[in-house]
Amino acid sequence: MTELPLLVVDGLVKRFGGLLATDHVDLSVARGEIHALIGPNGAGKTTLVAQLGGQLASDAGRIVFAGHDITRMPTHRRARRGLVRSFQITRLFASASVLENAALAVQAATGSSLGAWRPVRRERALFEAARALLADVGLAERGDLAIGALSHGQRRALEVAMTLAGQPALVMLDEPMAGMGHEESARMERLVASLRGRCTVLLIEHDVDAVFRLADRVSVLVEGRIVATGKPDAVRADARVIAAYLGDSAETASA
Amino acid sequence: MLSAARRLGGAQASAMLGAALLALALPFVLRALGLDFYQSLASRIVVYAIAATSLNLVLGYGGLVSFGHAAFVGLGAYTTGILIAEGLQSGTLHLAATLVVTAAFALVIGGISLRTRGVYFIMITLAFAQMLFYFANSVKGYGGDEGLNVRARSLFSLGGWLLDLKNPLALYYVALAVLAVSLMALARFVPSRFGRAMLAIRDDDVRAEAIGFATYRYKLVMFVVAGMLGGVAGALSVNLQGYVSPNVLHWTQSGTLMVMVILGGVATVWGGLMGAAVLLLLQEVLGSHTEHGEFWTGWVLLAVVLFARRGLVGLMLGRPSKGAA
Repeated sequence: MTELPLLVVDGLVKRFGGLLATDHVDLSVARGEIHALIGPNGAGKTTLVAQLGGQLASDAGRIVFAGHDITRMPTHRRARRGLVRSFQITRLFASASVLENAALAVQAATGSSLGAWRPVRRERALFEAARALLADVGLAERGDLAIGALSHGQRRALEVAMTLAGQPALVMLDEPMAGMGHEESARMERLVASLRGRCTVLLIEHDVDAVFRLADRVSVLVEGRIVATGKPDAVRADARVIAAYLGDSAETASA
Repeated sequence: MLSAARRLGGAQASAMLGAALLALALPFVLRALGLDFYQSLASRIVVYAIAATSLNLVLGYGGLVSFGHAAFVGLGAYTTGILIAEGLQSGTLHLAATLVVTAAFALVIGGISLRTRGVYFIMITLAFAQMLFYFANSVKGYGGDEGLNVRARSLFSLGGWLLDLKNPLALYYVALAVLAVSLMALARFVPSRFGRAMLAIRDDDVRAEAIGFATYRYKLVMFVVAGMLGGVAGALSVNLQGYVSPNVLHWTQSGTLMVMVILGGVATVWGGLMGAAVLLLLQEVLGSHTEHGEFWTGWVLLAVVLFARRGLVGLMLGRPSKGAA
């Protein structure tokens, strides 16, 4: 590799009592790639993402992002440095409209929010950026709606839009297609594909078919350990992966 | 207040203007009607309204159920009371000392308690307030459990002109000015960057942190500002009553402030004032007509909680989230 990877995870550990949820994970994500992280239920994907995002403190190991050690950095500073995540469960600001949610994301990513005198409404540039975000994910017409009036797929799209607000270097999407129908999944797949060239993506996904279509590289997490990393085809052929995950998931997928 | 009122539309603007004029004219109306006796009740309502508004910053706008807010009111009252007892009458000194002391305590109490959430936050804020309550009880030099009586009041000198809060009217108008400035600042705060960030934090602080809001710092700033404003209410209350006792620090005082905020309207600009006015008037009316004032007050509170989720202010505005929009 000629360029340094954007994200380097080195021997990362998370223990919950006696359970080793993240077991010395090594992972590197190259700048510009769509890197998928797959694994069976309970493999520790969400734990790992929470460690990378800063929601969970790590017990050992290092996380280096864009050349800086961010292992102990609080979440909001990681976000401001360009490492942003979405959540598996939709988490939006329920008392704000769709556009206001996007505007809050832009606000969070730009400048201090201790100003208590000037109405945000007057900040034209902020709302222009928010509208552009909505347009990027196909919600341009939905800005005035309440969050409750959006479909599940639209909410997930808004989630993705909000992670993009600060032009992050790396976006971690935690199962963006979870709970989606066929059509919605396809739309989300196009949305994730459209991020190529815009930012690096770490895609945590359960839907392996979509992953193999989208990803440049795939890492497989099983019982808190990375058992394989490589091009989709190579990973698909890896005996350990088939044993641990794909065989099982292929059955459920075809069922 | 006028620009905030303009945004809220005609009917509300005139209601607010009416309330402001009534508040300004009240002392003269009371005197004309021979009801001077109620002047101290009016002042009490205004002072409590400041305290309840300060709690609303934390409870309503911060979404943080602080059960120890009386600590800051009490700290302000004791700081001012002790300075007066020591013969220091400068109102500017009282105000400065109150702000410094309450800010320092709020930084420590908030700094620790904001690291917890939910029931733990409630319990830790309560524990800090109770600690101060017992401490005030044990300090014999300043009255101990009997409380501290002061004869003098805060004295402000404004360019050769003396403003003595011993004068009930001076106290009333100073308190009213503090309340008006607080409500105006609050109305500016709600749609500002800070106000919107607090709304995001209140809705989902994990998400707010994940998109880049420094949630802990913002909550701490809210907590400290609320503590300082609560302290100012305390400083005014000692001027009003000439007396401060450990009871102002007691958890039931925190409870009374919470009742006011919930009754008036959580996270509404006018909720603190509305709650303080309604609760104190209810107590006054029911207290003089029945022996079971608290009992009937309880029914009113129950009805408000059940039927008006944003309190009386929410009920009057009609729409659920007007205050937050």
